[in-house]
Amino acid sequence: MQLTAEREHYLNASYGLKSWLLTKDHKRIGLLYLFTITLFFFIGGAFATLIRLELLTPQGDLVSDDVYNRLFTMHAIAMIFFFMIPSIPAVLGNFFLPIMIGARDLAFPRINLLSWYLLVAGGAFALFAMIAGGVDTGWTFYTPYSTTYANGWVIATALGIFIAGFSSILTGLNFIVTVHRMRAPGMTWFRMPLFVWANYATSLIQILGTPVLAVTIVLLFVERVFHLGIFDPARGGDPVLFQHLFWFYSHPAVYIMVLPGMGVISEVISTFSRKPVFGYAFVAFSSVAIAVLGFLVWGHHLFVSTQSAFAGLVFSFLSYFVAIPSAIKVFNWTATLYKGSISFETPMLYAFGFIGLFTIGGLTGLFLAALGIDIHVTDTYFVVAHFHYVMVGGTIMAFLAGMHFWWPKITGRMYPEGWAKLSALIVFVGFNLTFFPQFILGYMGMPRRYHAYPPEFQVLNVLSTAGASVLAIGYLMPMVYFTWSLKYGKVAGANPWGATGLEWKTASPPPVHNFDETPIVTHDAYDYSTVHGEEIQVG
Amino acid sequence: MGNIQLFPVQGSTLAPEVDHLLYFFLAVSAFFTLLIFCAIFFLAIRYRRRAANELPEAGHTGYTLEILWSVIPFGITMVMFTWGASVFFKAARPPADAIPIYVVGKQWMWKLEHMEGRREINELHIPVGKPVRLTMTSEDVIHSFFVPAFRTKQDVVPGRYSTVWFQATKPGKYHLFCAEYCGTRHSGMIGWIYAMEPQDYENWLSGGAAQGSLAENGKKLFQDLACSNCHKEDNTGRCPALPGVFGSTVHLTGGATVKADEAYIRESILNPQAKIVAGYEPVMPTFQGLVTEDQVLQLIEYVRSIGAKPAPGSAPNSPASAEKPATPGAAPAKR
Repeated sequence: MQLTAEREHYLNASYGLKSWLLTKDHKRIGLLYLFTITLFFFIGGAFATLIRLELLTPQGDLVSDDVYNRLFTMHAIAMIFFFMIPSIPAVLGNFFLPIMIGARDLAFPRINLLSWYLLVAGGAFALFAMIAGGVDTGWTFYTPYSTTYANGWVIATALGIFIAGFSSILTGLNFIVTVHRMRAPGMTWFRMPLFVWANYATSLIQILGTPVLAVTIVLLFVERVFHLGIFDPARGGDPVLFQHLFWFYSHPAVYIMVLPGMGVISEVISTFSRKPVFGYAFVAFSSVAIAVLGFLVWGHHLFVSTQSAFAGLVFSFLSYFVAIPSAIKVFNWTATLYKGSISFETPMLYAFGFIGLFTIGGLTGLFLAALGIDIHVTDTYFVVAHFHYVMVGGTIMAFLAGMHFWWPKITGRMYPEGWAKLSALIVFVGFNLTFFPQFILGYMGMPRRYHAYPPEFQVLNVLSTAGASVLAIGYLMPMVYFTWSLKYGKVAGANPWGATGLEWKTASPPPVHNFDETPIVTHDAYDYSTVHGEEIQVG
Repeated sequence: MGNIQLFPVQGSTLAPEVDHLLYFFLAVSAFFTLLIFCAIFFLAIRYRRRAANELPEAGHTGYTLEILWSVIPFGITMVMFTWGASVFFKAARPPADAIPIYVVGKQWMWKLEHMEGRREINELHIPVGKPVRLTMTSEDVIHSFFVPAFRTKQDVVPGRYSTVWFQATKPGKYHLFCAEYCGTRHSGMIGWIYAMEPQDYENWLSGGAAQGSLAENGKKLFQDLACSNCHKEDNTGRCPALPGVFGSTVHLTGGATVKADEAYIRESILNPQAKIVAGYEPVMPTFQGLVTEDQVLQLIEYVRSIGAKPAPGSAPNSPASAEKPATPGAAPAKR
């Protein structure tokens, strides 16, 4: 397809701030989300930087204990609620889910725009709380500390999360209806790209789980503001009830964060192997299985909470079932490489990184699901390392894989391959140096959320901080070269990778309504015979 | 900078069991991590793209493989589950002869009380080779009692009692951490466990200022707070007589029964209207705010200490008294 300066696409169809702030185009809304979450990523990253600097020395000497407690709380809140949860679904899902199933837009474009405004409104409350003095409850808001004892901006922050939750619910609703109702002719369920399956499964969790978070926040509000006894035992409440409610959402939320990333990895592995994903149906259903099982395992966060030992037994047992669909995905991705035609562009490097780090993150989850090990390592740095392997090693690697993979489609420009490969390498090395020592720290017994720590933990903490500075460089580089490529990047064709999805059958950047005419789907996903020939135009 | 240490000291009977479990998990994890890393590395090199227009054959999904790599991980995880659960259940049940010690957590210190009356702050002395059982509660927010060398932790929750037990295996000084975030000086809510040879422990226990045993202090409190005016020993008061109650089954108004354990005694002091003993009027006022958690523990210990002495003309709910030890502060009542 020939790209001319005159061709109209979604970026040049209209100009001005208003054309963006009132847009109903899912692609523009995806970019609005990209700006928002990037802002929160760097806010959360700045908090992380200060945390790592404080932990260079055993004494609490850089910031005071109150400041430190606010730093780790606000790091988590910025990263989880305003970066991770919206990241892949609301940016890449928003942009590509409709195109990948051959639709002109999401089912409810106005609701889609509303979802973004809700995230911004929630983010504004959270930002206000951060600037006004912060909150120190931990992102988990455990009671009765959060309802009775904490002095920070608990309500403003909780309200921000409450509002952002509706953004998540509405996005999930939009995706589900779109997948059910807007598929192009011939796009049957089992021809859908696995990225769509993953986002569909994620949406199920978003609409079923997030309301429970909203209820929990309302109860927290009622106790903190009106002093009704719900969680505080001094008022006749039950503090552990809060943990049940909180984790009933927040464990599934882990899968909200990681499932879309798994979808990205399926697309990338297939494209850069030129092979259909091995065991397509198993990979598709494993996403749904993870979504369903995710609702049955919240009690594994409560093994030492005074939850009954038998409840612990049941939750430990059920938690192991999540290992099966996770293992199925990892093995199938690896098997996809077999007899493929593998090339090593940046998205593929990130995908390899994802598989390796997610494998470690997933396997260490098995340690935590084991009652006998959990009583030692829960609430230590072992947990911190584990969830960063899943969230940062998994989701952020997948997000970067997806950003590089679809950047030519989003902007019509190629990113500089050499710099990008270097940044992928730096991220991988920096990540492991930051978080691997924390597994050891945790088993040694260093509790999480400690402002000061005994001197024997220092060496590992210094390693971790050194790794974090490497990691920071790795994350800043894409910011620079992505921006650079907008003007100086090589112009991208419609299908620079020789990929199969419908998004590669339309121009880069796509026209306002995605396709000049509605595509008719006649092949399974990942059928590379359909793109073979003149359309494969690798670098 | 401290010296590099990569593995925590094994200080309790539980520690080697948890460590063996860990070795198994590490071996399984190392195997699968290496398997995946090597497979990716080998396949990516072996099948690297050699020509830009290369189109590999699509291949087909092998159901045998899918079943194989579902069933094998399932089998391994069930071993993990079973082993992990067995270690946990061993750790969950304190032996009957464990030495009872009370723990009260508050922002930001640990208060520990021995039966014989010695009190400590942020330090706990225990004998080596004998099981120790902690009964714990919090005065404010949730804390968590964590001793890495013993490989165990237990949340300390306001409004309820939690227990944890351990048996130290070698003398030494071990870290005590608060592992549940509890506010400003969370990382300062730390202390030391001193595991001592039994003889040294006995010497330590009998040293220090005489403060009276927990039960004695409880008895004094029982009189000071005028509890004894209604809870008369001869069962002529407006409230039930307490000798023989601890550990028994109490019949309540409405036909329900309850086991008279620490939690029940605590509730009866702080929220007396919650459960009314059959045949009595709800006349007792709450002592919420009038007694501290430490004092509640002393009162409980007093009630426990008279648990074995059947009162003359005792209430019908004290037949279980015979099975309990008579010495105050010795082995805990069977619960």
